[in-house]
Amino acid sequence: MRQGCLNMVHELAKTDERVFYIGSDLGEGTLDSMKAEFPDRFFMEGISEANLIGMAAGLAMEGKIVYVNTIATFLTRRCFEQLVVDLGLHNANVRLIANGGGLVYAPLGPTHEAFDDLAILRAIPNMTIVACADADEMDRFMPQTLQHQGPIYIRLGKGYDPIVTNDDIPFQIGKAIPMREGTDALIITTGVTLRNSLEAADALAEEGINASVLHAHTVKPLDAEAIVSRAAKTPVVVTIEEGTLAGGLGSAVAELIAEANFNSPKRFRRIGIPDVFPDQYGSQDSLMERYSITSAEIISTVKELRLLGQPGLSAVRG
Amino acid sequence: MASAFSVMEILRVLYDNVLKFDPQNPRLAGRDRFILSKGQGCLAQYVMLADKGFFPEEELWQFCKSEGLLGGHPETRIPGVEASTGALGHGMSIGIGFAINARHDNSGARTFVVIGDGESTEGSVWEAAMCAGKHKLSNFTVIVDYNKYMSYGSIFEVQNMEPFADKWRAFGFAVVEADGHDVDQLRSTFAMLPLEQGKPNVVICHTIKGKGVGFTENNMEWHHKSRVSADEIQALYAALGG
Repeated sequence: MRQGCLNMVHELAKTDERVFYIGSDLGEGTLDSMKAEFPDRFFMEGISEANLIGMAAGLAMEGKIVYVNTIATFLTRRCFEQLVVDLGLHNANVRLIANGGGLVYAPLGPTHEAFDDLAILRAIPNMTIVACADADEMDRFMPQTLQHQGPIYIRLGKGYDPIVTNDDIPFQIGKAIPMREGTDALIITTGVTLRNSLEAADALAEEGINASVLHAHTVKPLDAEAIVSRAAKTPVVVTIEEGTLAGGLGSAVAELIAEANFNSPKRFRRIGIPDVFPDQYGSQDSLMERYSITSAEIISTVKELRLLGQPGLSAVRG
Repeated sequence: MASAFSVMEILRVLYDNVLKFDPQNPRLAGRDRFILSKGQGCLAQYVMLADKGFFPEEELWQFCKSEGLLGGHPETRIPGVEASTGALGHGMSIGIGFAINARHDNSGARTFVVIGDGESTEGSVWEAAMCAGKHKLSNFTVIVDYNKYMSYGSIFEVQNMEPFADKWRAFGFAVVEADGHDVDQLRSTFAMLPLEQGKPNVVICHTIKGKGVGFTENNMEWHHKSRVSADEIQALYAALGG
């Protein structure tokens, strides 16, 4: 996904002379091809994220479309005020390419794990947040970054994530993609947890439980219509994300459902990282397992919430 | 208010003698870009923009009113304001983006950024300084309002930045110092730009906070003062000869 995204920046630069790239001391050889073809639009700067964001904002305010690339935690936490003021307030056409969204950098510990990126960026007016599920979807998404007005945060996965998307429904920023339709439950996901969601939905279907799977690749602006219209038709809503439960996709969905004032009650649960710093190393997969961000957790949660709806059972989790 | 008075002559000279702009076409291609990175000095910029015709002078009397255009820090919705500032340590980096763009597009536009001396204790100022030096942005000029006072008190007590000029030189800048209230000296100094080919410029302006009104000069009370009495307003007018 990462390589495809960066290659796409080069491809976009070939067709649109507004495209600039700014990296922050990335690995040797990063986008060498673009550097060779467009040296005046390729910048590799020091480890100085605050300056990079301001510089990118300045270029964008002059009409350029600037792709800034570094590790997700440094691109969000380190320079948060620059994201708010330089990008958000100026509605600048800067695209933040964030390596290692979520738990990708598990072996490197909490300083490198971007479990909070979705949550903190949601609070910035004008910021769009996109988490593609695989490299194919990234290819469909990236050309749209030329037309979109305002800053975009692009969360990258680990790379070589299994391809689970298709082009049956055209990618459109802000429009969630229904991947399965069913009224027994609604599973809402973003990024690479689409794979878990599809696995869970297929397993549930084999047991006669038909769940919708809504891929909210755009966490902000969230596709409220797609979510609320499906939530209206089902008693059970489950969200899953590779990120903190405090303020991320699940929180955004909870806000929508709470304010939808449905006539029938909803049984709802978020799957994600609790309010802790990950305390183990290992791999992305092992940390996902530790925090139950898995297909099995979706399956058991859907079943549990369905049971809670039966007469005589409390709807309050013990 | 005191923050505006220390840069008043600097902005007067910039708008009168240095910057290329068209108030009828604030987005004129090839115009010089000016960023007041120390946004708290906005009153000095507002009066200059009004004087040059970017907006009617009556707008000044709506300052900080809910229906007014002008607030306590400059924003881009004001004609002639290139970047919204107020959070310190942002203007130089945005200005570097402007300057790199001007070089790329060969537009001839120059970029001027006014920062405060207190602002220069922000780390991002020095990230930007490194970057401007690396890119040899001779079309980029930083003007430091070196009034020697921060909000709390003397900069030499809060965070001494000396040797200040040497710091800028070490980051790759061509440096010149000037009396920030001497209009003739400011004119001749800005006329020297670029100071050296292949280097960004910094003009360190030695100034007095609250300059022009005896009882506000170097008086910390006036850095953030917002509750100004009728008597004090009369005293301000009297001091300014108005």
